[in-house]
Amino acid sequence: MNREMIEKYFRKEQLPHIWCPGCGNGIALAAIVDAIDSSDLDKEKICIVSGIGCSSRASGYLNFDSIHTTHGRAIAFATGVKMANPEMNVIVITGDGDCTAIGGNHLIHACRRNIDLNVIVFNNNIYGMTGGQYSPTTPKSAKTATSRHGTVERQFDICDLSRSAGATYVARSTVYHYRHLTDMIKGAFKNKGFSIVEALTPCPVQYGRRNKLGNPPDIMKELKESVSLTDSSKIKIGVFKNESEPEYTSEYHKLVEAEVGKYE
Amino acid sequence: MAKRVSLSGNEAVAYAMRQINPDVVAAFPITPSTEVPQYFSQFVANGQVTSEFVAVESEHSAMSACIGASAAGGRVMTATSSCGLALMWEMLYIAASSRLPVVLAVVNRALSGPINIHNDHSDSMGARDSGWIQIYGENAQEAYDNFIQAIRIGEHPDVQLPVMVCYDGFITSHAVENLEMCEDAEVKAFVGERVAPYSLLGENPVAMGPLDLPPHYFEHKRQQAEAMRNAKKVILEVAAEFEKLTGRKYGLFEEYKMEDAEAAMVIINSTAGTAKKVVDKMRAEGKKVGLIKIRSFRPFPAEELVAALKNVKAVAVMDKVDGFTGVAAPLHNEVRSALYGAAEGKIVPGYIYGLGGRDVTVNDIESVYNDLFKAIETGKYEVYNYLGVRE
Repeated sequence: MNREMIEKYFRKEQLPHIWCPGCGNGIALAAIVDAIDSSDLDKEKICIVSGIGCSSRASGYLNFDSIHTTHGRAIAFATGVKMANPEMNVIVITGDGDCTAIGGNHLIHACRRNIDLNVIVFNNNIYGMTGGQYSPTTPKSAKTATSRHGTVERQFDICDLSRSAGATYVARSTVYHYRHLTDMIKGAFKNKGFSIVEALTPCPVQYGRRNKLGNPPDIMKELKESVSLTDSSKIKIGVFKNESEPEYTSEYHKLVEAEVGKYE
Repeated sequence: MAKRVSLSGNEAVAYAMRQINPDVVAAFPITPSTEVPQYFSQFVANGQVTSEFVAVESEHSAMSACIGASAAGGRVMTATSSCGLALMWEMLYIAASSRLPVVLAVVNRALSGPINIHNDHSDSMGARDSGWIQIYGENAQEAYDNFIQAIRIGEHPDVQLPVMVCYDGFITSHAVENLEMCEDAEVKAFVGERVAPYSLLGENPVAMGPLDLPPHYFEHKRQQAEAMRNAKKVILEVAAEFEKLTGRKYGLFEEYKMEDAEAAMVIINSTAGTAKKVVDKMRAEGKKVGLIKIRSFRPFPAEELVAALKNVKAVAVMDKVDGFTGVAAPLHNEVRSALYGAAEGKIVPGYIYGLGGRDVTVNDIESVYNDLFKAIETGKYEVYNYLGVRE
């Protein structure tokens, strides 16, 4: 990230960030900033909402209106922000634990309503902040602080879940594929409806270490090789859904105007 | 034979859990309590306990799973802090009113917002009227001892209530201290097996939590209140038995150099350690100061406290939480209410200190005692005070 972008979009007094060496969250955040910079979003009308966890510290670093909320509730707070002011471009920065475990209920209902939020999930497959407990996206058999012999639980596919629940823009990329990830996020901004981008990002300290994945460059290489745009034997990246459907706040206001009109 | 070990407060509590070997632990990570279930999950993985460990998706689910397991007759425990406890709120009341003796380690941390991970008592004090017994401890030894005793207190037939074992986040939870641990067999014998008077999957079918309308709801609440009153006696009985086992004495509160004290302080948790140092120093200077450290906040030992404070002229009540009542913080309110009608002329100011982990020094504590002496001398003082805040 060049200095100009840092000057333009960051609260410099809050830097350096808290993320561990080798963590991909900084790259994911840079991709969001790049996407904002090259999009036609009104920069004065951006609100960043985050929950709790490593990912959610991002809201404190960005120089937009921001609200750092409670664990799992970022999407619920964001729903309120968007309902109160539909002009706002609301970007939710969340993690796999925040978004799909404690906040899973809010995720599926926001998808179902197709409310115009842009949710960027930093999926590192673990609860990093609290010391590496397994999350709903931890792969089966992976070793974590709470699964010394490997997890027995199955994992969520965040994109499948969101698509099934009614999200209208669903995409996945990785922090290795920086340009691609930036494009996926720009696509989310273009969609008038619920958009979700899953950004796969490594956690060398809490996840990689316990699963003997090597040093951060090794993990990054492994991340690169584990995904593909076309090869269905790998984790797929790309846009899985991009459809225009009635958006919640618009529909709501249409209804209000029609009903109020009856009494005028 | 007890053994001397060096452990953090969280390790000590996790070790107590291992020795108790509960049926079910259901938990969700939150700083600074995360380590307790995490260490425990390692004991499960190593086969050192026969417990079921459930890593659920939120604290609300953690307490729900605990309630389910306890309703099925199990001995159940978990740990949480701050917003985790707040998210359990709905379920705290269900556990208490269903009379299920779940044991919960509350590693005290400031409640959001703004978000803060450091210690104060806003989390457990917010849950003070949820129907749970609340036991507080100054250090790792007390956290360990209280956790073991909590099983016996909560499961006592005259009580049957859930218990929070509270200790200070980071200060107690993460600092490593020397403490005495009981032998595994001693703990096993001390806690015995849970005998639930009724349970799901028991011999007779039961209905738990059904609709309870005006004809009976009030009576059930009255019984719950009675159980909390009974707990006071049971806490002392269990403490006496624990003392026989370990030699460590516990009560409803601890009195420190109170015999002839003129100025006293009522305080909770780790800052009592700092305050005891100040008491020692001021005593050496010939000043008659003393301290009372509350152990049982629920039930609140009102009569006993009145007796202990009978001869003091001034008592400062220390709250590591602001109740936002505009009148007094929680402990201050309780103490003043207890003293009502029994404290003519007594000076009882409250001090709010250490919010969000603000450090409390011996100088701060000494200034409170000096305020009390000045109040005794002049009769003039402020009732509602803040200690160590920038105004």
